[in-house]
Amino acid sequence: MSTEIENEGPATVVEDEAPSLLGKGGHGGVGDAVRSYFQRVRGGDMGPLPAVGGLVVLVVIFAIANPLFLTERNIANLFTQAAPLVTLGMALVFVLLLGEIDLSAGVTFGVAMGVFVKLTQPGGMAWPLALLLALGIGVAVGGFIGFFVARIGVPSFVVSLGLFLGLQGVMLVIIGAGGTYRLSPSQIRAIQNQNLPPWAGWTMLGVVLGVLFAVALLDRRRRAASGAPNPPASIMYAKLGVIAVLGAFVVFYLNQDRGTAARSLQGVPIVVPLVLLILMVGTYVLDRTRFGRYIYAIGGNTEAARRAGVNVTLVKWSAFVVCSVLAVVAGIFTVSKVGSADAAMGREIVLSGVAAAVVGGVSLFGGRGRLVHAVIGATVIAVITNGMGLLKFSAGANLAVTGGVLVLAATVDALARKRSGATGV
Amino acid sequence: MSAIIELRSITKSFGPVDVLKGVDFTAHEGRVTALVGDNGAGKSTLIKGLAGVQPYDGGEVLFEGNPVTLHHPRDAARLGIEVVYQDLALCDNLDIVQNMFLGREELAGGTFDEGRMEAEAARALQTLSVKTVKSLRQKVASLSGGQRQTVAIARSVVKKAKVVILDEPTAALGVAQTAQVLDLVRRLADSGVAVIIISHNLQDVFAVADDISVLYLGTMTARLEASQTSRDDVVGYITGTKRMTGVDA
Ligand SMILES: Nc1ncnc2c1ncn2[C@@H]1O[C@H](COP(=O)(O)OP(=O)(O)OP(=O)(O)O)[C@@H](O)[C@H]1O
Ligand SMILES: [Mg+2]
Repeated sequence: MSTEIENEGPATVVEDEAPSLLGKGGHGGVGDAVRSYFQRVRGGDMGPLPAVGGLVVLVVIFAIANPLFLTERNIANLFTQAAPLVTLGMALVFVLLLGEIDLSAGVTFGVAMGVFVKLTQPGGMAWPLALLLALGIGVAVGGFIGFFVARIGVPSFVVSLGLFLGLQGVMLVIIGAGGTYRLSPSQIRAIQNQNLPPWAGWTMLGVVLGVLFAVALLDRRRRAASGAPNPPASIMYAKLGVIAVLGAFVVFYLNQDRGTAARSLQGVPIVVPLVLLILMVGTYVLDRTRFGRYIYAIGGNTEAARRAGVNVTLVKWSAFVVCSVLAVVAGIFTVSKVGSADAAMGREIVLSGVAAAVVGGVSLFGGRGRLVHAVIGATVIAVITNGMGLLKFSAGANLAVTGGVLVLAATVDALARKRSGATGV
Repeated sequence: MSAIIELRSITKSFGPVDVLKGVDFTAHEGRVTALVGDNGAGKSTLIKGLAGVQPYDGGEVLFEGNPVTLHHPRDAARLGIEVVYQDLALCDNLDIVQNMFLGREELAGGTFDEGRMEAEAARALQTLSVKTVKSLRQKVASLSGGQRQTVAIARSVVKKAKVVILDEPTAALGVAQTAQVLDLVRRLADSGVAVIIISHNLQDVFAVADDISVLYLGTMTARLEASQTSRDDVVGYITGTKRMTGVDA
């Protein structure tokens, strides 16, 4: 039996040298870093790579097929169309990482928004209060699912399926069959229908880049202080550079006037910085806090996490609450876009949310995936919906293509893992 | 030399079955104590009591000379008693550093101090002269059985354990990896830790142990120094054909 893994080069690394020689992949030259990345990819750990590739292909196809696709107006529209699914996908990542699922995330936001829209009819409750109440419904539903899953041990598929059915009944009671309520508070409507002034769009980009840069610098300083090796600084600058260029391109594009001759319309939709905030805070929580680390640990090996002293019940429970609350936020983006709430709200979208996460590279078995994967996956699905809509395809064709993309993404992932013998889970 | 752990007349029953019938046991800093005995002799039961997962019914536990109670895994962890489980208890989807620090992550300013954890993990592996791990940021899923065992043992170093208990650490390993892990166990003890190792493989026991304690049907029938005894003697104690008085039964 071999004492070290094959194709890993020389096994002797530590010897009597300083610890700085350990931690390969996190130090050395740019070449080393790039090589170790490709090694991971070849090893089957492709992450969102297939989704990014698919996204590029789709954009090129739609841009060629219909000149309207790349217009400023359609791009802005794409962002606001994608926002609810992107947010719901991120919500679901918190439970998917545990190897669980929440089939009721869509109807949860349906109920919360039904209550919100009804309470904030003209002459009704102040909208901030109603908003707190809606988020509170998210906490309550998440707490309910979490209780049955984490404390009692009922499979989340079953609990959330039950809620999926039950909450639809609640919706019918609140809204009434066939009923529709118009969204009244202008502040909520503004999220998806108003834009940042051009200077604020650039400020947003500056803040995002500033935060990423500061965090990266802090990390490097701390690693250096502990004597741990740092990856080459050029890698950090390259990453930030790519984000800066892409971000500048988007902000510039959205800052162009896309209105009519009579009315000018320009700027980044208000929903964009809100989604970015959720992405950045959520990523911080998952990557850099105990709660996040324990979500991954439980998804990887629940018993190991328990023996290491992790409060498995509490972490699972909390993850369901986070999922439901973020789902309610996805609901806010939805009513803001649609402008009204009806009894069927949120019924369809939840499976698209799961599909978004899976297309982006999140594992349904738990332990593998990131929020940004769900963002990319949701963008793929939104681009398909938008592009096929422009080409006047039927909703049926749209669903068929989305389904095909989902299966394709899962197949690519499965094949990559199989071929490599699944090195990195 | 005084024992870091001393068990006195420990008893444990499951219903009508007396599994431990007044067991005395000691472990010393810097020494490897092998706990041997036939299947069902009560080895795992004795260990589970020390780990706090299955408290004893009666008897006394002395830690560094003071009586202690071990009713919860937390109690054991607080004293610095760590168990390396046979099924390893690692998370495949986390890397080596993340696994070594699972449950006791270093925080600074509200976020993980990854640099510090990585450096400490590197030092722990150095203490044990581990040479087969290429990258600390490798996912545990990509490690061989011996390497995984290595990570599990190194975790106890990171936790600054005073007593490390290993339940059949080499049972699933081939020849080369077994030698490696036994080497590791030796170095762990040399660094001042009291190591308790359960094994059915007497060759391993004689390769690594300083002291050998034999359990036979819930009683400690022998406490021997490895250098003063022979394989045949130990087999005799395990099978019950030999008693501590040295007279064949
Ligand atoms: N939870 C329990 N309930 C009832 N009986 C138990 C329990 N745990 C252990 N026993 C019994 O106690 C006896 C000792 O078991 P133990 O697991 O301690 O043996 P062991 O020395 O570790 O054996 P092995 O070498 O096979 O691992 C066995 O007869 C077993 O059936
Ligand atoms: Mg046993």
